[in-house]
Amino acid sequence: MLYTENKPIDEILQSLGKEKNIFLLGCNGCAEACQTGGEEALSAMKAELEKAGKKVTGVCLVDFLCNKMLVTTRLSRHVDMLQKSDSILVLTCGIGVQATSKTVDKVVHPAANTLSLGGLQGLWPSDERCQACGDCALDYTGGICPVTFCAKSLLNGPCGGAKDGKCEVDSEKDCGWQLIFDRLQKVGRLENLKKVRSARDHGKMLPSSELRKKSFYDIEAV
Amino acid sequence: MKLTERFKKGKFVITCEVGPPKGIEIEKIFNELEPLRTKVDAFNVTDLQSSVMRIGSLAPCRLLKERGLEAIMQLTCRDRNRLGLQSDVLSAAVLGIENLLCLTGDHPRLGDHPQAMPVFDLDSVQLLAAVKSLMNGKDMAGNDLQGRPPQFCLGAVVNPGAEPLEPQILKMAKKITAGAEFFQTQAVYEVDKFAAFMKEIKHLKAPVMAGIVLLKSPAMAKFMNANVAGIHVPDEIIDELAGAPKEQRVRKSLEISARLIKQLKDLCQGIHIMSLGWERHVPTVLEMAGL
Repeated sequence: MLYTENKPIDEILQSLGKEKNIFLLGCNGCAEACQTGGEEALSAMKAELEKAGKKVTGVCLVDFLCNKMLVTTRLSRHVDMLQKSDSILVLTCGIGVQATSKTVDKVVHPAANTLSLGGLQGLWPSDERCQACGDCALDYTGGICPVTFCAKSLLNGPCGGAKDGKCEVDSEKDCGWQLIFDRLQKVGRLENLKKVRSARDHGKMLPSSELRKKSFYDIEAV
Repeated sequence: MKLTERFKKGKFVITCEVGPPKGIEIEKIFNELEPLRTKVDAFNVTDLQSSVMRIGSLAPCRLLKERGLEAIMQLTCRDRNRLGLQSDVLSAAVLGIENLLCLTGDHPRLGDHPQAMPVFDLDSVQLLAAVKSLMNGKDMAGNDLQGRPPQFCLGAVVNPGAEPLEPQILKMAKKITAGAEFFQTQAVYEVDKFAAFMKEIKHLKAPVMAGIVLLKSPAMAKFMNANVAGIHVPDEIIDELAGAPKEQRVRKSLEISARLIKQLKDLCQGIHIMSLGWERHVPTVLEMAGL
């Protein structure tokens, strides 16, 4: 089970910036168990956004947002609403945010930080996509994680080692920052890369015992 | 002396890279550098270059200072977390080192200990910011340093040959925001491309030292073209070198470097020579380039 925790609402509003029309996407899997992504969390977020003067264009709840195929089929029912939205706020773990970003050419914003994978790598099995760093940067990097896709987990842009878009560690592996750059260019958000990201707080990687206790989803519980 | 003071005086700054040995016999290197004493402004000591285990940058920098030579200490994020890095920065200040070049560092996988854990707790931008914070009397956690804070001139690197170039320039701007005061580049062989790069970064107003790598052979040029990011030695230069008779090849290589330096001189604020074991030839190159 992936442990997630809501990002502070101020951080979310700041990342939404001037975007007015927001589509809300929630997850009914682990995120629901952590109370960051289910029905209640979606209603609460909708209220918060409306209070802040945003328009919620649509709301969609998917059982497992970490399953890219499921994201594709469920979101296909909302194409009209998505087209009218400036961005998608995704209430789930880092894998779900990346699955959404891969599916729709819209700006995506994570609403939560992923603190621990708790033994589950998510249901999009081809790559390691989230290291549960506890300070989700997917908002800033266009929905592609620099911690997992960059061999050095750099947060402020590429090292000088990539050649022809490939990583210095493995010439068959894409440079994560090249992918991020291409994606940000595609969604018109290159200015994100001007912001200096401060050093990671590795203390954020540990879910508190309180979070572990309040998360009710546990298939191993007897 | 801080390198920035030389840039401020409008001096064309020349630095030479020093790769410490894998072993403790370091005198040989200092003997080779001696002829350069009056020719270069500072010696730039690498920090386990190419991720190969050897003497680090701190001790040789101190030894250079003891010999009355100016030193630039390279500091990478590959091997130490923020505790180690900040502590070594303080050690450098205690040992009288005034210039730091902060970089990410190669991945350990590329070196002679591919089994090593890659650290990268900080990236180059965050390292610059951390040193800047120490210079303001606080560590990264916000704790006060006791007594007077260290003072450094901070440098960083940029790769003008990277494709696409835009991410490099965005990161370069961040490095300046974080505290970088000068830049040195990856090896330059294409003057037009470098001129275009300098135009792109004019607004950043930071002194740039163009990188010069002495070409030891056509094979080395081809190897770099195939394996080193952002370096492209044009075919004309490779052919020119290959066309010289074997006994004149060294001379031809030095001529090529001297010509590049002459062409680059008016485009940037200094040059950084990476001689890779050819330190003995650097005085000739500089002389041929009129420096």
